[in-house]
Amino acid sequence: MTTQTDANPDAAPAAAAPIAKVSIIVSKGSLEGIYPALILANGARAEGIDVNLFFTFFGMDAVHRRRMDHVKVATVGNPGMHIPTLLGGLPGMSALATHFMSKKMEELDIPPIPEFIEMIGDTGAGMYACRASVDMFGLERDDFVPQIADIITVGDFYAMAAGGQIIFT
Amino acid sequence: MSTAIYAGVTVDVNDEGFLERPEQWTREIAVELARADGIAELTDRHWQVIEFMRQEFFAKGTGPTVRALGKSSGVSVKELYQLFPKGPAKTAAHIAGIPKPKGCI
Repeated sequence: MTTQTDANPDAAPAAAAPIAKVSIIVSKGSLEGIYPALILANGARAEGIDVNLFFTFFGMDAVHRRRMDHVKVATVGNPGMHIPTLLGGLPGMSALATHFMSKKMEELDIPPIPEFIEMIGDTGAGMYACRASVDMFGLERDDFVPQIADIITVGDFYAMAAGGQIIFT
Repeated sequence: MSTAIYAGVTVDVNDEGFLERPEQWTREIAVELARADGIAELTDRHWQVIEFMRQEFFAKGTGPTVRALGKSSGVSVKELYQLFPKGPAKTAAHIAGIPKPKGCI
């Protein structure tokens, strides 16, 4: 005979405790992959929430000295763009879409990526690059902006994230 | 809408404790609002931010973002977070007696 634990779906949820800490993983290197994470991080600090940002795989472009200024919108393989894939693949399409989106964001007071990273660093958020990705791409500490406090392992990340929420982007 | 008493003055506040009518604000009220936000003493640097917030609000109808504060208030983003650790735009707006900023940035 098996016993089933009676989980009552109608039970009232426990009173929501305010979020005190978030650790945000940035894994994508497109403009639309990076901005949500940066806006979440900046917005969390603005609410007094502690923030760690962990850059992994192509997400590391956001904090790579020579690449952070050249992050582009993905116009291919991105149905949200609502343009035919063949058109999206034409030379210059990605640059064009990026140009328009950056202009719109500046109007909304959303900074370009390099300024945003500097600003988030100034808010006191911790920023880290992923050890495995750094080794895989053959990068070094000097490839990153000074806001990157350290290159850490996944174990270090979990230790750092303990007691808070983790967001993967 | 409800009311609260700060520095002996009855003011209208919303459910988050922000002043509903910025013209009811005084510096004495600001001192008490700051204490409620965990800031025991308002320094000259705090006042610089608070006064800038009010100027911007009365000129533009909305309080500045942290980015705008960092660029125009004369206080850097880093220092803003040291002065108002629980979030500069939100806390300074509360102390300055203006509405909570609405933007995401």
